[in-house]
Amino acid sequence: MLLLRVEDIHKTYGDLEVLKGVSFTVQKGETKVIIGPSGTGKSTLLRCINRLTPPDKGRVWLEGVEVTHTKSRINKLRAQIGFVFQDFNLFSHLTALDNVRIGLVKVKGLKKDIATKLAMRELERVGLRDKANAYPAQLSGGQQQRVSIARALAMDPKLILFDEPTSALDPELIGEVLTVMISLAKEGMTMVVVSHEMGFARAVADEIIFMEHGVIVEQGPPQQLFVSPKHPRTKEFLQKITELYGKGKEVRT
Amino acid sequence: MIYRTILEELPYLLQGALVALELLFAFISLGFFVGMAIAIMRVYGNRFLTLLAVLFERFFRGVPAVVLLFLFFYGIHNISPFTAATLALGFRSAAYQSQIFRGAIEAIQSGQMLAARALGMGRFKAIWCIILPQALRLAIGAWSNEFASELKDTSLAYTIGVVELLRRAKYIVSYTYGNGALVVYGVCALMYLVLVRTGNVVLYRLEDKFAIPGFERREKGM
Repeated sequence: MLLLRVEDIHKTYGDLEVLKGVSFTVQKGETKVIIGPSGTGKSTLLRCINRLTPPDKGRVWLEGVEVTHTKSRINKLRAQIGFVFQDFNLFSHLTALDNVRIGLVKVKGLKKDIATKLAMRELERVGLRDKANAYPAQLSGGQQQRVSIARALAMDPKLILFDEPTSALDPELIGEVLTVMISLAKEGMTMVVVSHEMGFARAVADEIIFMEHGVIVEQGPPQQLFVSPKHPRTKEFLQKITELYGKGKEVRT
Repeated sequence: MIYRTILEELPYLLQGALVALELLFAFISLGFFVGMAIAIMRVYGNRFLTLLAVLFERFFRGVPAVVLLFLFFYGIHNISPFTAATLALGFRSAAYQSQIFRGAIEAIQSGQMLAARALGMGRFKAIWCIILPQALRLAIGAWSNEFASELKDTSLAYTIGVVELLRRAKYIVSYTYGNGALVVYGVCALMYLVLVRTGNVVLYRLEDKFAIPGFERREKGM
């Protein structure tokens, strides 16, 4: 079932055209991993999907509803699209529990006791039930990112967008976040992930999208891209990234 | 003897201090809400609202307090001195408080707003639930400064006839023909000092009480 359709997205900042017409689709339950050199517009593309950054041109549909339509009730749509940031962006004045609960109470309008129950369940899911009362500054980067995933999950989203979720983490903390993401992918959560974690991509990606200079250069299942990339740039980039990050075989699946 | 007079008039002076506190409470609250609105307009508003906020700030920070008092007192028909003082000093305080709040709001990482919007919160909800609770905590320090200076500035209201502490002191000084003016004003100074200090201690306690774990005001022993 088609869940997300992104069509011909363009975005320009000043003189710099960051996105030059990007289109792709995501089926329900799929995991797509977007890779590419920095400054290629991957993060901008993710933000265009939930209109945190409004695209200059192009359209986005979520289950047939046009997100980019100016009359769309954007807050309602955003509540159905989880977003996980590179630097977590947990609300610093709230405990882990409140971070996960606040969307349920303030956006979905649930009663506090029901919201608490749901929030605790999501914290449990990311293995942080015992940290419910800790504030973000008291948590490690990996724990903060897991709370932010729980915050996205609590909203029961139709898909979750991950913007380089492990790039701000110390190497030894990356694993715990990837483990959570892998189990989500296996449970059938629809995910679009900007990441250079090739171990993760190999393990769960249904498709890898390679972007450069604001366009999609090549896309296909991991096996195809790793073994027989069509485009020389894809091959070059994958080689480079494998040297830098390793093949990621250490990732538990 | 002047000391006897002072002792007898102490309740009268204390009542004056109470009037000063009432005035302070009235206009600093007005300043709080208007100042917060101005700060939000300045940071999040469109071009028109931003311009409006800037003009407001420029006017009320650029005109001397005494002149503002006269403008409101003589400019509005049949206004009581207390109301005129509340409005004049309140709007002036709003201009200063808006600067404090603006600084605090701008100090909040932009990711906080992004995350709130990404969750599906509207702009106002995000400001109310996420930005302001953090910004207000940051603002307490600078706000205690504003509190102290406004408490002292309540004495300016005596120029339009609010019978507060200083005005009462002046009455005592005139009926004792200036004998012991120094003592009377000295007692006033002491009263202001005690009030300012008490207010600041309360505000510091508040700052500690609401400190976010991991963002405490200062490390112990530093």
